[in-house]
Amino acid sequence: MKVSYNWLKEYFDLDVDPKVLAEKIERTAVEVDEVTCAADGLKKIIVGYTLDVQPHPDSDHLNVCQVDVGEDEPIQIVCGAPNVAKGQYVIVAMHGARIKDNVKIKRSKMRGEQSNGMICALQEIGFEEKVVPKEYVNGIYVFPEDSHVKPGEPVYNYLGMDDNVIDTSVTPNRGDLFSMDGNAYEIGAIYDKVPVLHHRQLETVDQEIDIKDLLNIKIDAPEDVQAYQMGIVKHVKIEPSPFWLQVRLMTAGVRPINNVVDVTNYIMLKYGQPLHAFDYDKLTTKEIHVGYSPKQTKFVTLDGEERELRATDLMIKDGDKNIAMAGVMGGLETEISDQTKTVVIESAIFDPIKIRKTARYHVLHSEASMRFERGINPATVTDALNEALQLTAQFGQGEAVKDQLSPVDPNPQSVEVTLDLTRINHVLGTSLTVEEVTDILRRLQFTVQVSDEVFKVTVPARRWDIHIPADILEEIARIYGYDNLPSTLPTGSTTIGRLTTSQQVIRGIRELLQGSGLNQAMSYGLTTAEKAKMFMMQESEETKLDFPMSQDHAVLRMNLISGLLDDVAYNVARKEANVALYEQGRVFYRTADVDRPSEVEHLAGAITGSMVTKSWYDKEVPVDFYQLKGIVALLLHDLNLEESVSYVANQTRPEMHPGRTADIYLGDHVIGFIGQVHPQIEKQFKIPETYVFELDLQALLDAPKRIQHYEPISKYPAITRDVALLIDKEVSNTEIVAALKKKSNHHLEDIQLFDVYSGKHIPENKKSVAYTLTYRDKHNTLTEDEVNQEFEQAISELKSTFEVEIR
Amino acid sequence: MGLHEQLEELKAKSLHEISSTDGLKRLDAIRVNVLGKKGPLTEILRGMRDIPKADRPKVGELSNRVRDNITAAIEEKRSELEKAVIEKKLENEKIDVTLPGKPVMQGEPHVIQQIIDNIEDLFLGMGYQVIQGPEVETDKYNFEMLNLPKDHPARDMQDTFYITDEILMRSQTSPVQARTMEKHDFSKGPLKMISPGVVYRRDTDDATHSHQFHQVEGLVIDKHITMGDLKGTLEVLAKELFGDRFEVRLRPSYFPFTEPSVEADVTCFNCMGKGCSVCKQTGWIEVLGAGMVHPNVLRMAGVDPEVYGGYAFGLGPDRFAMLRYGVDDIRNFYQNDVRFLSQFSKKG
Ligand SMILES: [Zn+2]
Repeated sequence: MKVSYNWLKEYFDLDVDPKVLAEKIERTAVEVDEVTCAADGLKKIIVGYTLDVQPHPDSDHLNVCQVDVGEDEPIQIVCGAPNVAKGQYVIVAMHGARIKDNVKIKRSKMRGEQSNGMICALQEIGFEEKVVPKEYVNGIYVFPEDSHVKPGEPVYNYLGMDDNVIDTSVTPNRGDLFSMDGNAYEIGAIYDKVPVLHHRQLETVDQEIDIKDLLNIKIDAPEDVQAYQMGIVKHVKIEPSPFWLQVRLMTAGVRPINNVVDVTNYIMLKYGQPLHAFDYDKLTTKEIHVGYSPKQTKFVTLDGEERELRATDLMIKDGDKNIAMAGVMGGLETEISDQTKTVVIESAIFDPIKIRKTARYHVLHSEASMRFERGINPATVTDALNEALQLTAQFGQGEAVKDQLSPVDPNPQSVEVTLDLTRINHVLGTSLTVEEVTDILRRLQFTVQVSDEVFKVTVPARRWDIHIPADILEEIARIYGYDNLPSTLPTGSTTIGRLTTSQQVIRGIRELLQGSGLNQAMSYGLTTAEKAKMFMMQESEETKLDFPMSQDHAVLRMNLISGLLDDVAYNVARKEANVALYEQGRVFYRTADVDRPSEVEHLAGAITGSMVTKSWYDKEVPVDFYQLKGIVALLLHDLNLEESVSYVANQTRPEMHPGRTADIYLGDHVIGFIGQVHPQIEKQFKIPETYVFELDLQALLDAPKRIQHYEPISKYPAITRDVALLIDKEVSNTEIVAALKKKSNHHLEDIQLFDVYSGKHIPENKKSVAYTLTYRDKHNTLTEDEVNQEFEQAISELKSTFEVEIR
Repeated sequence: MGLHEQLEELKAKSLHEISSTDGLKRLDAIRVNVLGKKGPLTEILRGMRDIPKADRPKVGELSNRVRDNITAAIEEKRSELEKAVIEKKLENEKIDVTLPGKPVMQGEPHVIQQIIDNIEDLFLGMGYQVIQGPEVETDKYNFEMLNLPKDHPARDMQDTFYITDEILMRSQTSPVQARTMEKHDFSKGPLKMISPGVVYRRDTDDATHSHQFHQVEGLVIDKHITMGDLKGTLEVLAKELFGDRFEVRLRPSYFPFTEPSVEADVTCFNCMGKGCSVCKQTGWIEVLGAGMVHPNVLRMAGVDPEVYGGYAFGLGPDRFAMLRYGVDDIRNFYQNDVRFLSQFSKKG
């Protein structure tokens, strides 16, 4: 809320720098967005009086004005505004003036006529267009008669521009700070001052008429209406409101409209009580209903918009015809116009939740709805109405009808909260005394009774946010000052802080992948419907957002790879050809019978381009399947899994290259896959050849691990035998190794593949592979003969299994 | 010429030859030539039988001395020559040590991960557990258990992605706290936890908004926890993340799950409190929200607010990273440009 410093000063003497006050408010109550003084940066802007206005001889839209600026001689100013006329008090920027945005005004000639300054519009001296009275939006501003301005005097004071405005950001619990009265109480508590409220009483009344003869009210939805009152002012003359009121509204960011609407806005700012004024003569039935009208679906609000109503929108009706969306916005048809003669003013409290739902649904967050949502002070519903009726009568030269209709009386109730000193100091960590606490509560103008260090606090209705001891604690803490709290650390029994095994393993995996050259990526969990279900490792229903903001982030991912491919594409599009990324995160699987998906930790990686970049030392080596497999194998090896890991070619994963993809098994279970992305998918993502893997990390974390123990290092030497084979291309390494192992005993310690070749000098459909077999007896020295015999056995098993030529 | 003279002559001749030699092979040839079985020394000694017996020991001694002298000269020369050879070899082996080393590929942890790890380690050291929870939550745990009943105006503070009326993308990591509090056995000691993770909000992605970001929330519940403890903890955290020179100030705020609620500002890193455009001239930067756990929240989790109390705090690693490294667009964190990712070395 824009809080005017000048207005605050009407509540008490206030002699603090506005910036200091703002800082104090921020440290004690609510956040302050900014403190502004409209006159800051402006220079030489004064009141002028147009003595004479003549058309410019060489222009059809300019006028040459003789302006009294309080000097001995009038000055000549050329003005292009359509509404400039003789006999106006206007805003003049003199030669050397600074107006909005630090623009400098200089003496000049306009089409041959001397111009010694500029006659200004309000926007030109810094007013926001939305607060400028409509009649002056497209022209210069003209001071009304009751402004009593004098030519030559600066305009700032007249227009409230020397006021300081503290713009607060009110939290949802402090609806009381959406009123000047509330702010006065709050600042009064901070500075230990008692605000003087100026609530005007209703005086100008018409004694003759009984209001019931004019209007009746029926509350059809009593559960949604906590207070409802109406009053009537007759014989109102609609005109601009007094100048001081207009200035006050503009300072608060509200556009002056006319004397009736301005009064309702003024009362809303002052009391925090939104009011609504209806044109009595536009009401046909003279019977107001507050309730629902499920049959009418269209309604035109004050702003001219046609709204599609819901049956649950609380409405104000004239008979059965909608005239306002309760607490949100009035209707165009019954609004106050220049012809209005009789005014009905409504002061009410509606159910905050109902108002909130309607405002949200219609995206209509008005000043009124904002206040109704956060609560209204029930103690001032009637005061606000009375002052509004009085001011309307006064400014419109009318007469208020003496009684008001009050089908639902406001019910202001104070709340009693009890808490003791020990509790206060226990929670805050302070050592406050009974006197200190009592004093803080007194400053807040809460009534306190103390006995035996127990405080019985009576909270007035204007602080409807306070109900329980914790609320009082907060009041004490903030008035006492958070800066004054001690700085300690929790005492009490010690706890052990450590990562779980899974958390430790995940950290280790991240380290390993980074050490292998992969950067950690973080992608979005929400993706497109299409990408969500690519690279799936298991069957799953998709999980969709109800109202996504965009189709790009509408469905929960069921794989990590598609996100990484987006990242690869992003990099490749920016000429970063070498990309190596991994991501650890959740995927979301769902079965058709439940709404909530289960979340599974996954781990995925993607590499493209090269991981051995071109240097003076090395040639660039493009990434391939085996580069990524090496990393994955190291990772799986490091996890020390009890069951063995194997790779089985899989040609059926739709997004993967059929000839370059393997499922990764842990024992009998597929726990992931690795391979090249299918060239068509690569094309779709606009990426070059890319290799990826995805693992069910949760399964790996849960899988049994080997118990680690020391393996004595044999002191007996190993003997190696090399063998080179010419074998059918289709025979896999796994099959060859299995055959070599089949007839071997425990002496065969290791089989290492050291060469694979096909091409020149090798028959088509064949490949040449070479292995080193390592033999060792842990307890003896093996003889050459023993090794030869075992080696021969392995070779002969190989020969009997495959068509193979030993080279 | 007697044997004596012959030996002296041989010695002089050989020593001259040795000293003028410039190669190891030549030196070897000299050794074989002079000292070998067919060499002059052997030849000379063979003449021993022709001299009187009494003179023999003298000549013998002389010949041994000549042999020793020559051998010593050869060895000396040999080591001299060998040293020259090695020097020559080392000279040839010279490399340009200023050439760059062989590139080693090394990935980096994501900058947000680094901040999360940093915070985790700090709190682990203070006896906290790290607890993760589901990203798809129920309305009950994300809101209701946190004192945010349906249609509470504070729900506007975090506009949420719903999947159904009851199921949503968590908008904060506090539901993890609600779940943990519910399960915790307080007879076994206090609850001290932090919950890092991804959260989601209905926001249009731009430089300062992201529909996905991270949060770390902390919670401590015990019998004797004060707001001073909260203040002290936040100070430790701020100093860990920003540095010792940074101060913390608390301001009142509003969160439905805490009361009193505060927002914590730290000294602006950019101007060190003098006031600049980063801190909007205030000298402070808002970094986290905190407060004393609301009794309703305790009660809903089955904890007696008359006996137990505590504090909670929450902060955003994305915002921290933006502040600490001057990242001006939050989308950088999720686009994974390798030039961006590789800038944040975790050791530095
Ligand atoms: Zn700063």
